[in-house]
Amino acid sequence: MTEAVKSPAQMTVSDEVAISIHKMNKWYGTFHVLRDIDLTVNRGERIVICGPSGSGKSTLIRCINALEEHQKGTIEVDGTLLSSDLKNIDKIRSEVGMCFQHFNLFPHLTILENCTLAPIWVRKTPKKEAEEIAMHFLEKVKIPDQADKYPGQLSGGQQQRVAIARSLCMRPRIMLFDEPTSALDPEMIKEVLDTMIELAEEGMTMLCVTHEMGFARQVANRVIFMDQGQIVEQNEPEEFFNNPQSPRTQLFLSQILGH
Amino acid sequence: MSDTHAESIRFVRETTLPQAEPPVAERGIYKWGRENLFATPGNALLTLIALYVIYVVLSAVLPWLLNGVWNASSLSECREILAGETGGCFAVLVDRWQQLLFGFKYPSAEYWRPALAFVLFFVAAAPVLFFDLPRKMLAFTALFPFLAYWLIWGGPVLVPVVALVGFVVGYLAYAKLVTRSFAGGFFGGIAAAAVTWIIGGFIVDWLSGPSSLLRAVPSRDLGGYMLNFMLGVTCVSLSVPFGIALALGRQSSMPLIKWVSVVFIEFIRGVPLITLLFVASVMLAYFFPPDSNVDLFLRVVIMITMFSSAYIAEVIRGGLAALPKGQYEAADSLGLDYAQAMRLIILPQALKISIPGIVNIAVGLFKDTTLVSVISMFDLVGMIRGPILASTDWNGVYWELLGFAALLFFVVCYGISQYSQWLERRLATDHR
Ligand SMILES: Nc1ncnc2c1ncn2[C@@H]1O[C@H](COP(=O)(O)OP(=O)(O)OP(=O)(O)O)[C@@H](O)[C@H]1O
Ligand SMILES: [Mg+2]
Repeated sequence: MTEAVKSPAQMTVSDEVAISIHKMNKWYGTFHVLRDIDLTVNRGERIVICGPSGSGKSTLIRCINALEEHQKGTIEVDGTLLSSDLKNIDKIRSEVGMCFQHFNLFPHLTILENCTLAPIWVRKTPKKEAEEIAMHFLEKVKIPDQADKYPGQLSGGQQQRVAIARSLCMRPRIMLFDEPTSALDPEMIKEVLDTMIELAEEGMTMLCVTHEMGFARQVANRVIFMDQGQIVEQNEPEEFFNNPQSPRTQLFLSQILGH
Repeated sequence: MSDTHAESIRFVRETTLPQAEPPVAERGIYKWGRENLFATPGNALLTLIALYVIYVVLSAVLPWLLNGVWNASSLSECREILAGETGGCFAVLVDRWQQLLFGFKYPSAEYWRPALAFVLFFVAAAPVLFFDLPRKMLAFTALFPFLAYWLIWGGPVLVPVVALVGFVVGYLAYAKLVTRSFAGGFFGGIAAAAVTWIIGGFIVDWLSGPSSLLRAVPSRDLGGYMLNFMLGVTCVSLSVPFGIALALGRQSSMPLIKWVSVVFIEFIRGVPLITLLFVASVMLAYFFPPDSNVDLFLRVVIMITMFSSAYIAEVIRGGLAALPKGQYEAADSLGLDYAQAMRLIILPQALKISIPGIVNIAVGLFKDTTLVSVISMFDLVGMIRGPILASTDWNGVYWELLGFAALLFFVVCYGISQYSQWLERRLATDHR
C-alpha cells in the first residue's frame, strides 16, 4: 500500500452521528441471524467488520440500506429512521452507497451508462451533467479510458473500481463494502484497496466487511469482530490485533493470521 | 538449399522464403469437397445417397414448376393445355389471387386500403425493430394502429380519433395521478379513458351521417392472407406487453396479483387454442353487454392474445429467473424504484435472454392464425378450403394452392427468425 498515507488517528472523525443501530435483531424464518446489535458510527469513521463465515457480517451491513429487513430494534441513518416506509428507504438508499463482492455491474450498459443511470433517474440530474460527474469519478478510480466499454470487457479489479465509481456518482455520505476484494486475484486486490484508502483519506464514512488485515490496520479507526450474529469485540486496530480480549477473537485471529 | 548450414546444429536463416500457393489439392473447391463431402468412405457414401435423393426430388418438382400453366380459367382447361404431361396448374393463383390475399367479400375497389396499411406497417414497425432509427419515428408507430384501423375498416374518421383521444386522456390522467400512487394512476387512467370513449361514442353516433370518406367494411368481409397478417401482427404486439405484465405479476410480492397471474397462466396453458377460438365464436358474446355486439375479429384477437401472452409470460419468467439476484440488489442499493429497476435493469436483460423463446411463440402464433378457418372465418386456409376448392372451376388443385399458402407463411416466419438472430447478435454485450 502507498507510503504517504496518514495514520488512522490523523483522519478526522466528527462527533456527528452517521448511523445509529440500537438493539437490532433479525431472523431468517426462525433462525436468529443478528442478535441485539448496538452500533454507533460517527461521520468520518472507517470501520472494518470481520468474523467467521456465517457470522452475519453481510446481513448486518445489508440491513443498513434495507436490502434486508430487520424485525426488532431501530436503525437510524443520518437521522432518518429505517422503517417499512418506502420514502425513508429511498432517502437512505440514495445517501448510502454499496459495493458488493461480485461487483453487480449492469452487463447490458456501458461503464459510463452504469455510472450515470442512477443520477439521471433517481437524482434527475441532466444527462450532460451526470456524464461529467461520472467521468470525474472514473478518473478518480483511474479508468476514464474504459468509459465506453461493457463490464464484461474489464478485469475484475477494474470492474470493482467501476462499481465504486458508480456508487460515488450518487454522492453518498456513507459507503458500505461487502468483501469487495474477496473475488479478486491478488494483483488486483491492491488497486481496489488503494481506491478505498483514497476514499478514506477524503473523510468518507465507511463500513467495510473484509479480511484484509493490512487494510484494517492502515485505514480503520475501529475494528469490529462478529460471531454468531453478535458483536463480540470492538477496538482500535492496534489494540485489536495485538491484544485481543475475547477467546473467540483470539482463535479467529490466529486462524487468519496464523499461516 | 544453400541458405542453411546443414552440417551445423546452430542455425541462422539468411534468406526469406517467398510466399507460395498451397498445392492444388489443398485449395478452394478441392479442399472443401475433400474435407466436407469425401472425408471418409462412409462420408462419401452418404454424399452419394444425398445427391441421389436431391436428384429424385428435383426431377419430380422441377418439371412441375417449370412446365406449369399460368393462363387458364379452370382445372380442366389446364389439363387440356398440359395434354398428359406433368405440370402445375398455377392459373388458379392468377385467377384467384385477390381472394387469396383479401378474401372474397372485401370490395375490390378498396384493395388499395389494406395494401397501403400493409406498406405503412413497415414504416411503423421499423423504429420498434431497429432501435438505431430516430426515436421520433415512434410517434408514427403510436398513430399507426388507429390509421390502419381506419384504412382497413373505413367508416367515420371519428371512431379511431375518439379511440386515440381516449388513450391520450387516459395517459394524461395516469401521469397526473401516478405521482401520488401507482394504483390511483392506473385506475384513474382507465376510468378517464373509459369516460372519454363513452362520451365520444355518443358524439360519433350523433355526428356521423351515412357519408364517410372511406366506405365502411364490416369485419366479416375481411379474409385471405390479410386476415392472417392482421391477426398475427395485432396479437403478437399485444401479447408481448401482456406477457411481460403477467410474468412480473407472477413474481409479485402481492398475493392477489400473484395468484391472479398464476391462475390465468396455468388455466390458459391447459386449454387448446381451438377450444378458446370456439369460445370466442359462440360463447364470449355472453360476457359482453347484450347490445354491445362485440365484433368477431376483436373476440378472436382477445382469445389468441390471452393464449400467447400466457406462453410468453412463461418464457419471460425463465429470463427473469436467469438473472442473478445481485442485479436486483445493485438496482435497489442505487435507489432505483421498482418501475425503474424493472424497466432499466431487469427487463432489458431478461427480455434479451427470452428473445429466442418469444420469437418461437410469435412464429407459432402467426401460423396458428390459420385455425380461425375452423370457426368459419375465411383466412388464407379458409379461402382455399372453402370458396376456391369448392368452386367447380378449381376443384382438385391442392398442391398449387397449399404450396402458395406455405410459401407466404414461410416468407414471414423466416423473416422473423432472421430478424431475431440479428437482434441477438446486436444485443450481445456481455463478451463472455
Ligand atoms: N436469505 C437467507 N435465508 C436464510 N438464511 C440466510 C440467508 N442469508 C444468509 N443466511 C444465513 O445467515 C447467516 C449469516 O449470513 P451472512 O451472509 O450475513 O454471513 P457472513 O458473515 O457475511 O458470511 P460470509 O463471510 O460467508 O460472507 C448464515 O448462517 C447464513 O446461512
Ligand atoms: Mg458475507
